[in-house]
Amino acid sequence: MSTDTREQIREILAPFKGRQVVLIPALQAIQGKFGYLPQEAMEEIGRVAGVSQNVVYGVASFYSQFRFIKPGEHMIKVCLGTACHVRGADSLVESLERELHIAPGKTTTDGKFSLEEVRCFGSCALAPVIVVDEQVYGNVTTAKTKDILDKFN
Amino acid sequence: MNFEELRNKAVKEWRGLWESDKPLILVGLATCGIAAGANSVLKAIENELKRRGIQANIIPVGCIGLCYLEPIVDIVRPGHPRISYCQVTPEKAIQLIEDYLVNDNPRPDLALGNFGEGSFAGIPNFYEHPMLKPQVRIATRNCGHINPEDINHYIAKDGYDGLHRALAMQPEDVIKVVEKSGLRGRGGAGFPTSKKWEEARHSKATPKFVVCNADEGDPGAFMDRSVLEGDPHSVLEGMSIAGYAVGTPNGYIYVRAEYPLAVKRLQIAIGQAKEVGLLGENILGTDFSFNVNIMQGAGAFVCGEGSALMYSIEGKRGMPRVRPPRSVASGLWGLPTSLNNVETFANVPTIITRGGDWYAGYGTETSKGTKTFALTGKIERPGLIEVPMGINLRQIIYEIGGGIPKEKPFKAIQTGGPSGGCLPYTLLDTSVDFETLTKAGSIMGSGGMVVMDEDTCMVDVARYFVEFCRDESCGKCVPCREGLPLMSDILERITRGEGEADDIQKLLDIGETIKNGSLCGLGTSAPNPVLSSIKYFRPEWEAHIIEKKCPALVCKALITFYILPDKCAGCGICARSCPVEVISGGKRLIHVIDQEKCIKCATCLEKCPERFSAVVKVTGEHINVPKEPIPVGTT
Repeated sequence: MSTDTREQIREILAPFKGRQVVLIPALQAIQGKFGYLPQEAMEEIGRVAGVSQNVVYGVASFYSQFRFIKPGEHMIKVCLGTACHVRGADSLVESLERELHIAPGKTTTDGKFSLEEVRCFGSCALAPVIVVDEQVYGNVTTAKTKDILDKFN
Repeated sequence: MNFEELRNKAVKEWRGLWESDKPLILVGLATCGIAAGANSVLKAIENELKRRGIQANIIPVGCIGLCYLEPIVDIVRPGHPRISYCQVTPEKAIQLIEDYLVNDNPRPDLALGNFGEGSFAGIPNFYEHPMLKPQVRIATRNCGHINPEDINHYIAKDGYDGLHRALAMQPEDVIKVVEKSGLRGRGGAGFPTSKKWEEARHSKATPKFVVCNADEGDPGAFMDRSVLEGDPHSVLEGMSIAGYAVGTPNGYIYVRAEYPLAVKRLQIAIGQAKEVGLLGENILGTDFSFNVNIMQGAGAFVCGEGSALMYSIEGKRGMPRVRPPRSVASGLWGLPTSLNNVETFANVPTIITRGGDWYAGYGTETSKGTKTFALTGKIERPGLIEVPMGINLRQIIYEIGGGIPKEKPFKAIQTGGPSGGCLPYTLLDTSVDFETLTKAGSIMGSGGMVVMDEDTCMVDVARYFVEFCRDESCGKCVPCREGLPLMSDILERITRGEGEADDIQKLLDIGETIKNGSLCGLGTSAPNPVLSSIKYFRPEWEAHIIEKKCPALVCKALITFYILPDKCAGCGICARSCPVEVISGGKRLIHVIDQEKCIKCATCLEKCPERFSAVVKVTGEHINVPKEPIPVGTT
């Protein structure tokens, strides 16, 4: 790990004082900066929260928000909430899998897109919904997924 | 400043906005509005006003609940009532500025309703809208009406009056008012709120905690988000009143990670309340202090369960524990904790201001007041509603929701999220209250209501919910951890057309075991969608298992797509759009799908021009089609 990254990690974690109560906010702060949890940060987080690395990994792997792998340039999230499900969200996942040649939870080899399934954005009135980065696309059909991807290519 | 001075200042600001000689424009900027494009509408309005040199006040507001009509923009022309416009695009917004603000034509054709008395220029009263008429808005009273990022708007609308009154009462009397209101936990369990406060108050250990559960994890539910985004102060005020009643200065609010806008608005609200002395040390000059810390969840459905939520705040894995002791005796860090849901807290200030009897005037004998629901799925008017308890499902679906799109027949309504059940047509007259819904085999839950029509497969829905709970099981109790994957495998098999005769019995047996052998609400209710679905929709299950058919045409392994030779015009659109290129044909040739390779994505069905409608989807049926493409007209 470069000294730069270590510096950055230290800087991010500087405001976190206390004990285990700071663990999740510290993990969130690191992921907020890097987009995932670099292995190097885990040790430092454990030190700040006063717990073993074992505990840090135990907590980080329990919650679905945390990633251990660097995500792609664009994050595609397909909502699998109930309203989206009954309006055909499964087909959207399959369609995106075909377009991107990756399974949910993976990143394309060129590092351009990551595909994730999420449980409900609460935009149920627009179901089915996919979100690319921050942009919400509502009433998506399998026929439309390609057009949406093309906007980012 | 004392409370009277604060209130006077707020009312002055609020009135100034409405009685100003400048137009006032309200833009719905909650998550649903933003998703529908409200930010670009706002930008267009700002640019157009600037271009025309028109001075106006623009305020962002929360969600008024008509999600299907977003983006919603309201315009108040000086001296005129407020008019609401829906499905506003940037172009429509620019047009409205020209027509209404410049040329005084309120465009009744584009207006949804006005907030004045009676009719106004051919525009109906807003509250006469069929979706709003049966509603009673208490928890969502300010959503869509005030700027959630301005505490003065909230104060001007009677905000913090409840806290002000409570601080002049004995804590025991505050609890009595809440007891009289009959308020029960809106997170789903329906435990009497006053009882929780009282028990926490009487627990000996200190310090104590008041915690707000804003970990709204049910897919298809967004009631709490709407309240937090549209009226965060109502929750903070409710929590402060609870803090006073319980006797603690320590508040925590645990917000779901997926709600960044709610977190932002809460942060702003906390900052503003502290600044004017309505939160923090010595509130309104009294001895009472109360602080609220925000804790963001990290994506675990099980953390909606009380004990798991508290472990999560402590920085641990969110795994529920054995109870008793209940959290009012041993909660956060093993200390007395009163945990209530967002909607419960949002109701409290009004109850204190208007009295327990007033609140108890709504609802049924045992379920008092109102309840918010997120009405979604196959429904004409999806959105967020708040209705008096005791209303029936038929009224919600048909009067408020406007029925099923395309007048398709209603099939089922799913209440209570993944832990709830699917109720059929015969139970449409079921009263919506805690007891009746439970008796019918579902639950109130936090308030998700997903409507299903004939195109929804009940087996597939059951599979969906079991998969959800399987993924979200924390793994502590063996029946839940091992039983849900077993159920999920069987359901997967049934939807693949490989169901076996005894599968239904197996599902019932495993389901009962999971219910009986799990600690928390997730496990004890996870089999509900399957059990209620088998109970009410058994023929559909048998169709899958015995006849290998999916009557709703959903389960991919059981359906087939055909191109009808007498309808295909040989246009080639289907072949060009097929993502796996398995449709053969050519110009003026009848196209043919290679059934071996078809992935059943339905793209051809969507793309085939309506005037031909040549693609059909069938189950358990063989249609004779040519093996190879042949010229159109040769069949």
